[in-house]
Amino acid sequence: MTVTSALQPNGTDVEHVGPVLRIKPSRGWVSLRLGELWEYRELLYFLARRDVTVRYKQTGLGVAWAVLQPLLGMLVFTIFFGRLAKVPSDGIPYPLFSYSALLAWQLFAYSITESSNSVVGNERLITKVYFPRLVIPMASILAGLVDFAIAFVLVIAMMAYYGVHPGWAILSLPLFILFELATALGVGLWLSALNVQYRDVRYTVPFIVQFWMFASPVVYSSTLVPVRWRPLYGLNPMAGVVEGFRWALLGKPPAPGAMFAVSSVVVAALLVSGLYYYRRMEKNFADVV
Amino acid sequence: MSDIAINCEGICKQYRIGERESYRALRDVITDAIKSPFRRLRQAPNGSESNGNGKPTVWALQDVSFEVKQGEVLGIIGRNGAGKSTLLKILSRITEPTRGYAEINGRVGSLLEVGTGFHPELTGRENIFLNGAILSMKKAEIARKFDEIVAFAEVEKFIDTPVKRYSSGMYVRLAFAVAAHMETEILLVDEVLAVGDAHFQKKCLGKMGDVAKHGRTVLFVSHTMPSIQRLCSRCVLLKHGQLAFDGEVDQVIEDYVSQQVLSEFVADPNPIGPAITRAAVTWSEGTGICVDVAFSSTFPLQPPMLGLVLYDPLGAPVFGTNGRFDSQTNLPESMAEGTIKVRIHTASLRSDTYYISLWLGDHHQDYVHLDKALRVEVGVGVAAWQPPRSEIGSVFLPTKWSYCQE
Repeated sequence: MTVTSALQPNGTDVEHVGPVLRIKPSRGWVSLRLGELWEYRELLYFLARRDVTVRYKQTGLGVAWAVLQPLLGMLVFTIFFGRLAKVPSDGIPYPLFSYSALLAWQLFAYSITESSNSVVGNERLITKVYFPRLVIPMASILAGLVDFAIAFVLVIAMMAYYGVHPGWAILSLPLFILFELATALGVGLWLSALNVQYRDVRYTVPFIVQFWMFASPVVYSSTLVPVRWRPLYGLNPMAGVVEGFRWALLGKPPAPGAMFAVSSVVVAALLVSGLYYYRRMEKNFADVV
Repeated sequence: MSDIAINCEGICKQYRIGERESYRALRDVITDAIKSPFRRLRQAPNGSESNGNGKPTVWALQDVSFEVKQGEVLGIIGRNGAGKSTLLKILSRITEPTRGYAEINGRVGSLLEVGTGFHPELTGRENIFLNGAILSMKKAEIARKFDEIVAFAEVEKFIDTPVKRYSSGMYVRLAFAVAAHMETEILLVDEVLAVGDAHFQKKCLGKMGDVAKHGRTVLFVSHTMPSIQRLCSRCVLLKHGQLAFDGEVDQVIEDYVSQQVLSEFVADPNPIGPAITRAAVTWSEGTGICVDVAFSSTFPLQPPMLGLVLYDPLGAPVFGTNGRFDSQTNLPESMAEGTIKVRIHTASLRSDTYYISLWLGDHHQDYVHLDKALRVEVGVGVAAWQPPRSEIGSVFLPTKWSYCQE
């Protein structure tokens, strides 16, 4: 008993008393423990690498998938929306207009699809080893960046073909990519934690992805939305991301200012709430998965 | 700095029965909400007993408290479902205790299974790094020990082959090798030694022995008493989620094996003839088993005769006996209801699972036959690695060796 009191000098509820780790039931909202997440950054890297390697080894087309998906999407959209429906594209050639958006969209679609199933998919890990659970959806989102990089090469080729020169705006592209990853993580955290409790969440994901794409300016331009409604349109953070991509790459249409500001607030709320919700639910993962 | 590595205080863990299957469809939640929107509100004030939603609960661990000193190797034994794995899961932070707390002084590595996170498509090399990272080893640390791990696993030639092409032996060897090179101060191990062939099992046990000698604290859950006896300096016995015994390894093991009902068969009496109503195998003084058979009959058996045959796991008979040809003293002349006890000395049997068939009859004929009704694990004290039964058989007769030099 004397030893016990030596280990907990104040009898407080702190997690670490010196080098001693305390394991106890957690109550209510818990700390995000981002420091610990940083310690496990190598695991994040290896898990992301596993997802990428396995995907390319298992699929017959391998790397070609990363290009084929947005390319075929672009072809269909160009024929039906560009040629037949004559959807205005802000003076940009329609194939380039839609591909630059699809580039952004594919990353998002991949990220939320993979991350929403990531916790259930890594059941073995969760029930057998301890590590910060946040690593799992994060790794599945990072894995999507490889496809993105491959698909990105094609947009450069297309820009060269159509003679579009990027301006200074292209320097802002990393910002939009980060913004997009934050959006995907926010959504992915919510969906992956919910999917543990309610297994039908993953069946709704394809529907969410499809619905969300048409709610975002992928096949059409956000300039179709009346100016006074644009901040409201910005409640969809992907509207800001997709238009941001177009602006950064092609310089047109003008930078999505107000819309992007609204999107930022939404993303911040989504990400923070997602992180806390996930952390709160994760203590039950090993018991329920 | 204290010399206590792990201190558990009143750890409890409650599970909902069937919790692992309890995830619900969102659809159910929505229909529930529509059907009875106020139920949740009504239940809220007094919903504590059945965990809020009426599901029965079970305590996997109840008020478990113990201390482990630095450098101590603690064995944890108990029957299936006694809470051994739950305890390790709590100490390795996979799941939270419902009540109580544990204090851990030092880095913890847990080995609840070998090869967690191994992916069949990845090569041996890739899996070593991935698995190492999962076991919270640093990349530099894995790189430093890489050659040692590969050599230990004996897979040098196949290190750049996807592990799906490995034999199952190579696979577990590689998996164990990674885990064996963890350098945490505290190691939690669950039954992982039962991997690979005889030669590798010996190597694993040797490695575990080294770990124990280097002053690291080890918690070791096992069903294999010889490994516990070999590796551990202290042992705790869990029974129904409670700490039943804590002390010297030999004492705890003896307590465990002597009280254990190994297998039991229960049936209703037969309204038109004799029946075996209960049969059970228990340990008897650590060197044998005791078969207890209770019977009842509508007419007296003159005299009651019991026969039994012990089979190996492949179904081949190993040994049989019968009241008719086994000489017995104090055989009753007639009995309609009673219990027959047979004590069998099993020290000569190699460790394995055996099955027992029973016959009940009288002097002239058998009335009841229960085919392989009982199951028994035999073999405390016999080393686990032996040539397969197909080569040396099931019996382990006492031997004496001598050498004469010419």
